[in-house]
Amino acid sequence: MSLSMTASSVPGPRKDPEVAARLGRRRKRADVIVRTLCMVATLLGIAFLISILLTLFVRGFTAMSPMVFTHSTAPPGSEGGLANAIVGSLIQATIGTAIGTPIGMLVGTYLAEYARGSKFGNVVRFVSDILLSAPSILIGLFVYQILVLPFGGFSGWAGVVALAIIVIPVVVRTTEDMLSLIPNTLREAVIGLGSPKWKMIVFVCWKSAMSGIITGILLAVARVAGETAPLLFTSLGNNTWSTDLSRPMASLPVTIYSFAGSPFEDWIALAWAGALIITLGVLSLNILARTVLRGRK
Amino acid sequence: MSTTTDTGVSATGQQGFGGVQARSTVALNAPRIAIKNLEFFYGDNRAIKGIDFNIPDRQVTGMIGPSGCGKSTLLRVLNRMYSLYPGQRATGEAMLDGMNIVAPDADLNALRAKIGMVFQKPTPFPMTIQENIAFGIRLHEKLSRAQMDERIEWALTRAAIWDEVKDRLDSSALGLSGGQQQRLCIARTIAVRPEVILFDEPTSALDPISTLKIEELIDELKRDFTIVIVTHNMQQAARCADQVAFFYLGELIEVAPAAQMFTAPKHAKTQEYITGRFG
Repeated sequence: MSLSMTASSVPGPRKDPEVAARLGRRRKRADVIVRTLCMVATLLGIAFLISILLTLFVRGFTAMSPMVFTHSTAPPGSEGGLANAIVGSLIQATIGTAIGTPIGMLVGTYLAEYARGSKFGNVVRFVSDILLSAPSILIGLFVYQILVLPFGGFSGWAGVVALAIIVIPVVVRTTEDMLSLIPNTLREAVIGLGSPKWKMIVFVCWKSAMSGIITGILLAVARVAGETAPLLFTSLGNNTWSTDLSRPMASLPVTIYSFAGSPFEDWIALAWAGALIITLGVLSLNILARTVLRGRK
Repeated sequence: MSTTTDTGVSATGQQGFGGVQARSTVALNAPRIAIKNLEFFYGDNRAIKGIDFNIPDRQVTGMIGPSGCGKSTLLRVLNRMYSLYPGQRATGEAMLDGMNIVAPDADLNALRAKIGMVFQKPTPFPMTIQENIAFGIRLHEKLSRAQMDERIEWALTRAAIWDEVKDRLDSSALGLSGGQQQRLCIARTIAVRPEVILFDEPTSALDPISTLKIEELIDELKRDFTIVIVTHNMQQAARCADQVAFFYLGELIEVAPAAQMFTAPKHAKTQEYITGRFG
């Protein structure tokens, strides 16, 4: 008659406190095991990271001197620095990013705003993702084929193009991802005012997604700042000071690569200094962008 | 022609079904939008099945009905929002100023300037309060700095939010509360000076006090604008609407002046819905 739940109305045997206690103990054991595994994995990862950074900082700082920034690379035993490599890296990474970013942003915008669900869009997205995970040495070889061989030699421009090709898929992906996060009602609100689609994209969608897109660009910069393989086949390296993009150009990663593998102690020390400079450069760029973005909010 | 007596919950309204109080009887104005044999398709699925009715000028038309009945779809037909999505199409007639809204060759940007829309969730743009309003105006008009400032103040005042934001026009619109954001969106819509404003459940994401403010605002705005509002809230339809249309499964079951709809619905289905027996 009454609808109230009594113990007898629940189907199945009565609750056994012993079984409940046993299940509880098992649950706690499983919890301890999983937690321990997670912590061990975390510690292992952090240990490697700290060890790498510690070695880098100790060796890098001992090798650091004003000469690193004022002198170009020199034969072993003579007074040399990394000035040509630092400037070469700055030039190539900056121009490479400057070329790759707008292309990547436009492709990402196309995928998110114009080609959603279309077959061609899916093909473009697939190709871009393959490019994203392609070994960078392939990109170096590709540029070697289309720019270095036909134009008669290694050049800074070839290096710039190789880096731009690496930047593009990173920016494509983050741009598309960030634009996809924008709710459709926001787009409809802009369109509902009588706005053409391009104004919606430029003034509202890009603005909404800007901090995410900038993060993507920074990721790309961090990636190309440390790329060695694509530069080996393109800008090659240069032992003298040069800002001429039509000639071979030095860069930090390539210099580190050749110096670190050499038997000369002063070169090896310079390689450590170069590695530290790249790491600090990327780190400070990240911090800078974060503070700027936070300041705008 | 219209003799609106008072605002909000009408004391003179008759007792209706399920305790819903409709506003006192008001004659309906001449049609602003005339809908004839309108059909709408999501792909092959017919979501609106040949409806006919008029939306009276400078009055509030409330559209009610259970979820999936086609009322929000109809709203999206009236400003051609569906044209953004391939596979969605409408046939028939929805005449506004001698122009068929659903005609394939309609100038959509001009149409949307005439028919504004306010959404369920507030949709502030990621810019300052002032830029939010100016954005829509700049799409259709070239104004001097002074004219622009004047228009912005007018729109924000009409949307009953000027006093709350006049000292921080240059701060981000994203920092406003939900209710303020919704009134900002209304200001942004009226700043373009549309003829018709469509409200798609404008208060369902808001607290009761913000809801009341929006309802009062709608009552105020109908002096200048023709208003269509979709709502799930019977009380809201009764408080705001002059004309109510009840939809069910893509069909228009009944359309009548609000007082009549809530006191003497002709259709059994309408009566069941209004009294909360389904929906």
